[in-house]
Amino acid sequence: MLVVKCPVCGAEGDETDFHAGGQAHVRRPASHDPAHVSDEEQRDYLFIRINPKGLHFERWRCDRGCGKWFHAARDTVTLEFKAFYGITELPPADVIAEAKGQWAEYFAKRLKAEKQA
Amino acid sequence: MKPRYSLFSLARNAMNYHKDWERAWRSPNPKPEYDAVIIGAGGHGLASAYYLAKNHKMTNIAVIEKGWLGGGNTGRNTTIIRSNYLQDPSIAIYELARSLYEDLSQDLNYNVMFSPRGVLMLCQTQHEFRAFQRTAHANRLAGLDCRMVTPQEVKEIVPIVNDDPNCRYPILGAYYQPRGGTGRHDAVAWGYARGADAMGVDIIQNCEVTGIQRDGGRVTGIETTRGVIRTRKIGVVTAGHVSTIMDMAGVRMPIESQCLQALVSEPIKPVIDCVVMANTVHGYISQSDKGELVIGGGTDPYNNYSQRGSFPALEHTVTALVETFPIISRLRMLRLWGGIVDMTGDRSPIISKTPVEGLYVNCGWGTGGFKAIPGSGWVFADTIANDRPHPIAEPFGLNRFQEGRLIDESVAAAVAH
Amino acid sequence: MSKPYRLSAGGSRIDRNRRVSFSFDGRQLTGFAGDTLASAVSAAGQRVFGRSFKYHRPRGVVGLGAEEMNALVGVGEGARHEPNLRATQVEIHDGLTAVSQNRWPSLTFDIGAVNNTFSRFIPGGFYYKTFMWPASFWKHVYEPFIRRAAGLGKAPEGRDPDSYEQIHVHCDVLVVGAGVAGLAAAEAAAKAGARVIIADENPVFGGLADISGGAIDGLAQADWALAKARTLASAENVHVLNRTTVVGHWHHNFLMLFERVADHDPARLRTGAPRHRLWKVRAHQVILATGAIERPIAFANNDRPGIMLASAARGMVERYGVAPGASGVLFTNNDDAYQTALVLKAAGVAVRVVDSRARADGPLPAKAREQGIPVDAGSVISAVNTSFGGLSVTDVRIASYRKGQGRVIKETRAACDFVAMSGGWNPALHLWCHNGGKIRFDDQLQTYRPDRHADRITAVGAANGSFTLASILEEASAAGSRLAGSGNVHPVPAVMQAGQQPMEPIWFAPATGKYNEGNKHFIDFQNDVTAADLELAQREGYESVEHTKRYTTFGMATDQGKTSNLNGLGVLSEATGKPIPEIGVTTFRPPYTPFSFGSMAGVLTKDLFLPIRRTAIFNWHTAQGAVFEPVGQWRRAYTYPRAGEDNHAAIAREILAVRNKVGLLDASTLGKIEIRGPDAAEFLDRMYTNVFSTLKVGKCRYGLMMNELGFLTDDGVTVRLAEDHFLMHTTSGGADRIAAWLEEWLQTEWTHYRVFVTPVTEQWSQFAIAGPRARDVLKKLAPSFDLSNEALPHMSFVEGRLGACPVRVFRISFSGELSYEVATPSGFGLGLWKAIIEAGAEFGLEPYGTEALHVLRAEKGYIVVGDETDGTTTPVDVGLDGLVSKKKADFIGKRSLEQSYLKGPNRKQLVGLLTEDPGEVLPDGAYAVRQVKDKPPMEMIGQVTSSYRSPTLGRSIAMALIENGRARMGETLSFPLPGGKVVRATITDTVFYDKEGAKLNV
Repeated sequence: MLVVKCPVCGAEGDETDFHAGGQAHVRRPASHDPAHVSDEEQRDYLFIRINPKGLHFERWRCDRGCGKWFHAARDTVTLEFKAFYGITELPPADVIAEAKGQWAEYFAKRLKAEKQA
Repeated sequence: MKPRYSLFSLARNAMNYHKDWERAWRSPNPKPEYDAVIIGAGGHGLASAYYLAKNHKMTNIAVIEKGWLGGGNTGRNTTIIRSNYLQDPSIAIYELARSLYEDLSQDLNYNVMFSPRGVLMLCQTQHEFRAFQRTAHANRLAGLDCRMVTPQEVKEIVPIVNDDPNCRYPILGAYYQPRGGTGRHDAVAWGYARGADAMGVDIIQNCEVTGIQRDGGRVTGIETTRGVIRTRKIGVVTAGHVSTIMDMAGVRMPIESQCLQALVSEPIKPVIDCVVMANTVHGYISQSDKGELVIGGGTDPYNNYSQRGSFPALEHTVTALVETFPIISRLRMLRLWGGIVDMTGDRSPIISKTPVEGLYVNCGWGTGGFKAIPGSGWVFADTIANDRPHPIAEPFGLNRFQEGRLIDESVAAAVAH
Repeated sequence: MSKPYRLSAGGSRIDRNRRVSFSFDGRQLTGFAGDTLASAVSAAGQRVFGRSFKYHRPRGVVGLGAEEMNALVGVGEGARHEPNLRATQVEIHDGLTAVSQNRWPSLTFDIGAVNNTFSRFIPGGFYYKTFMWPASFWKHVYEPFIRRAAGLGKAPEGRDPDSYEQIHVHCDVLVVGAGVAGLAAAEAAAKAGARVIIADENPVFGGLADISGGAIDGLAQADWALAKARTLASAENVHVLNRTTVVGHWHHNFLMLFERVADHDPARLRTGAPRHRLWKVRAHQVILATGAIERPIAFANNDRPGIMLASAARGMVERYGVAPGASGVLFTNNDDAYQTALVLKAAGVAVRVVDSRARADGPLPAKAREQGIPVDAGSVISAVNTSFGGLSVTDVRIASYRKGQGRVIKETRAACDFVAMSGGWNPALHLWCHNGGKIRFDDQLQTYRPDRHADRITAVGAANGSFTLASILEEASAAGSRLAGSGNVHPVPAVMQAGQQPMEPIWFAPATGKYNEGNKHFIDFQNDVTAADLELAQREGYESVEHTKRYTTFGMATDQGKTSNLNGLGVLSEATGKPIPEIGVTTFRPPYTPFSFGSMAGVLTKDLFLPIRRTAIFNWHTAQGAVFEPVGQWRRAYTYPRAGEDNHAAIAREILAVRNKVGLLDASTLGKIEIRGPDAAEFLDRMYTNVFSTLKVGKCRYGLMMNELGFLTDDGVTVRLAEDHFLMHTTSGGADRIAAWLEEWLQTEWTHYRVFVTPVTEQWSQFAIAGPRARDVLKKLAPSFDLSNEALPHMSFVEGRLGACPVRVFRISFSGELSYEVATPSGFGLGLWKAIIEAGAEFGLEPYGTEALHVLRAEKGYIVVGDETDGTTTPVDVGLDGLVSKKKADFIGKRSLEQSYLKGPNRKQLVGLLTEDPGEVLPDGAYAVRQVKDKPPMEMIGQVTSSYRSPTLGRSIAMALIENGRARMGETLSFPLPGGKVVRATITDTVFYDKEGAKLNV
């Protein structure tokens, strides 16, 4: 049973006091340009998931605390949490640096886009 | 041709203290090239290889396994076999599998102990009762031997069930498949392995795939810890590890890998002669031939590759079963374990061609793959051999996720176990 | 001796002044307080405790505690029976009843023992090779036979009368095991100020200190341990738990402790104590001081009753004053076991030592020789002879041995009635491994010991492979101080202990005859797995240790391989020529020893299993004799039958009351969510398929909600209370889910919306007053507002008072009649309900339940999400296209409705059905087929979603989802039912009653 810590209210507790909410940073295409969402984009949004063996980024909710959603970085093999961060935030830079494969690609793209913007 | 197993061969070998038994399967070195390679020597992978050889005469093939054969979910499940699903595509594949199980021991000359002891799915709410009623109508018209049974019949079939009408979830009836049951999970893997090996299939254990070689959108081979193997056809059957393997070919999957746990009690004399599933309270239970109560429940709610689950999921299941079968309160948990299951968005499997030519995938069996092994292997072998989906496999294609053509069994209040 | 084996003196655990009477297999026996069932029955001269799993061989006690694999017994009677307990751990108390297991008709004469005669034909894995013909025989002949033969003990009869509880605690340091190492570690940690829990599975602290010789601080080990245990028990920052097994270690240092509160003293149950208590401990640091388990030696017939571990033999003497027999042979490969010979000798029991090592000249063997104990070095036991039926040992054969020798040529006979054996010690690594701790093979100890662990867990003492007192105390004290965060190392006491020469492994003691032909060298005693079985598995290609384990079942018995694991690896190593580390290991899984399901459920049984939610009116419904149905976690009144009425009649009466007069429904379970803020309207436009930003203040609108897949998940009426304030109604079952759903979108997708979502379901009682006289009833209740159709038309809202009750009144209808839903704060609920009942009496008002509600809505063709929809149904499928906005650019689920399959042809569409025979009610869920055939399969084209007998229309009605249904109006469909009957029904519109809605607007 994992120990989870809410970065919003600071509550720390068993995983049963929280709600695991699946992969983080999934982009909902219709929120951005509802008129032009391809079938493939919609499929990716609904179903395709980064499913790494190792460092993963996911959503949790502080169910029995403040009720807020937040993000966590967690290793899916050791189940150790590497970071808890806000729902609108990116992970700390040192944790991003540890990301591999599809996650590394995702953060590289996202950071580049934010730099340009 | 291997010597056949029988009562007589057992007696004959006893004379020589069993020193003359042949190996059940060889331990070959990989050849440089095969006509097809199956990645993953679990039940589904081994069955696929067996039927490729048997039904399609493709014997120059290999099954590559990073650990020991049958060591994944095939050897970690609660061995329930049934086919009383709601949706037509599910009925088709699970019933094909169930009917193959009926004669599998004879076909493989290996006793897989298929035990059609009956599967009883309890109705503990009105909603569940109505949902199973619907399933019963659908299954009957599809030709399945299933029926609704009354609370009195439930009590006769499972005398230890809590029949207090005032309990939290009184038994309102049950949906019963008399020809469902259990099998011996390891024996299914071993029987398929022995059968495939006898036809010339190379089963290569302790060999991890590290890359998939492609040339212009089609596969040409695999890289492994024991060297490169050339092949034009690859079937990926790696359950919880499917995302990792498919990523090597640049294919992203609608899969999340989670931990599903099960447990057994200490062995006791028989008290439950069938499989009982209590979906409202998330628990299912049967009794093994050794006497252990075999208990399973739901998955942990987060991704996990560690084969070690969290205690609350099991505790929830046990609590529910203590309420449903009060005598188990004084029995003890002997062992618990976990497996990494591959969950799709609609909780139904994927048997599919992929955007990469020559690359086929069979995965997404999630929490309920054991019962499907013979059918899954049968249609996947056909799909690989003919490079087009077998009709029963067709609805389970990857394209369903972008067409919205989901196969959702949760509709029937059933879980996919 | 008063009893055959009870010694006249000694026995540190027993109180010779307190006699305890108990029974074993119906035989009345007495023992002493402090005895275990194993010691007390042994004292009475009984050797055989049970029968093995497969061959039904008679078996006796082998171990001293948790490692026991043979002497499994059932304890207690009827509903209090508990099977498969280790006799070595059962503490006797007055009135204890115990029975042996897996034998019929009796322990000494067991029919199942015929398996032993045929054992040559049933080697490991034999069942995979036979029992296949004919196919039907597996289920009907072979399997029932196998199942009855297997299974050990019996289940209890009836519901467990005892209670269980759980407790959650945190601590700085959890010390597992209270032997010398654990006590030293706990003391050091406690001195450093840490909050410490120390738990041990035994009733008495000290581990094996009492049988291990040596001295600490000038005290005998056992005395030192008792003194330390007392000190710790009195320390404020230490919690001491005996009879408490740490059964598992999970992620993030979460551990489960299983405490047996009352098993040894059932009188406690009568004072309200739980039988078992499960401690859920989150420890900052864990110190494993779990000690070590002695291994048996694999020699021919090493399973006979009277053959036990050396530690068990001396424990029997020292703890319980019970002699294992009159004369014995000690078979060892190490010095430690010589202590057993010395203890036996001192107790007056004749003993000789057989040592497989070529030389045995350490201080302990030297002392043994000094005491006149014969020592045969370079020898093994090559055979065991027994009395008829294998019930007791009569003599053993001793043969000379050199390492690697395959078979025995010359033997000498030694009469004896027991054998003590020791193959060395294995650290108890189980908890270390539960959560992925790494282990490494130690060549000197010839066993695995802890290596690395990612968690904050540290092994000390024998659990860490340290077997000398000095090293145990040193590393335990150091770990205790360090892990409590102290820089000071706690002082280590002075010790005195005899030195020991190294052990030499012997995985297989040779026997006469050809190598390994027919001799039974047991590795896993309980499951009857022999060295030959393991070799057979290898030969047949089951090479992975996991394959070997599963093929032979070695290590899979109720002791989970505690004594067999390493011996099996040793045999496999010799069979394959590979060193042990290359053989691999199987995985240790929780629990360390089995623990009760009752303790896992804790207090969550019966009424507390899953508490029921009740509305404020629940007791009134109950008093009226209502029949209830579960809806989500709620219990709702299904109908209110009167005397002499069945449910059907009651429901029909309630329906007609609503249609003709007026009815009252407790709708309090309906989900209620307040949505407030400047962006509330825009937010609702995202969540619902239809538009809410245009809704005027004081007006209500029915809304549909989809999930992102485009499927209906909820519906309900939302009212605009103010420009920035909405009140949403959801289905009863959906209230929590929808509130969480709204929050999730607000927090994760549209984070810029200024909106608060507040679930208020329980804050309000809500009633539907429905029927032509509804307005008359309300008028009588002194409303503070105008009830006229003009002032309060259909789909509008008003807030005010009914008499003294503050109310929100929604003029909405789920019955098709004039209807008001009245909400009042829950505290007013019952009062208002009673007032309405009273006021309505003169208008014929009757309370109605959920079934009447469902029929009323079905007559009007209103859908119920979950009945007409099943999670794959779109709003378009149920004919509510009009409520799916074309104008809004985006809302949840909109894009998915564009997916090809969802807008494709042949969707199932909601239609009405009228059976040809108006008296015929279609069964729920019945399927229509394209063409009726003599037998299945038949192609199905859709299913009944709701079906009722309508008292209003005097006939049956149904709704169904039918392929292309809306294009098939007037078509007659066939529904083949079980038994061959085919019901025919015609497709109609879904609205069966008041199609124009005239009754709503009055």
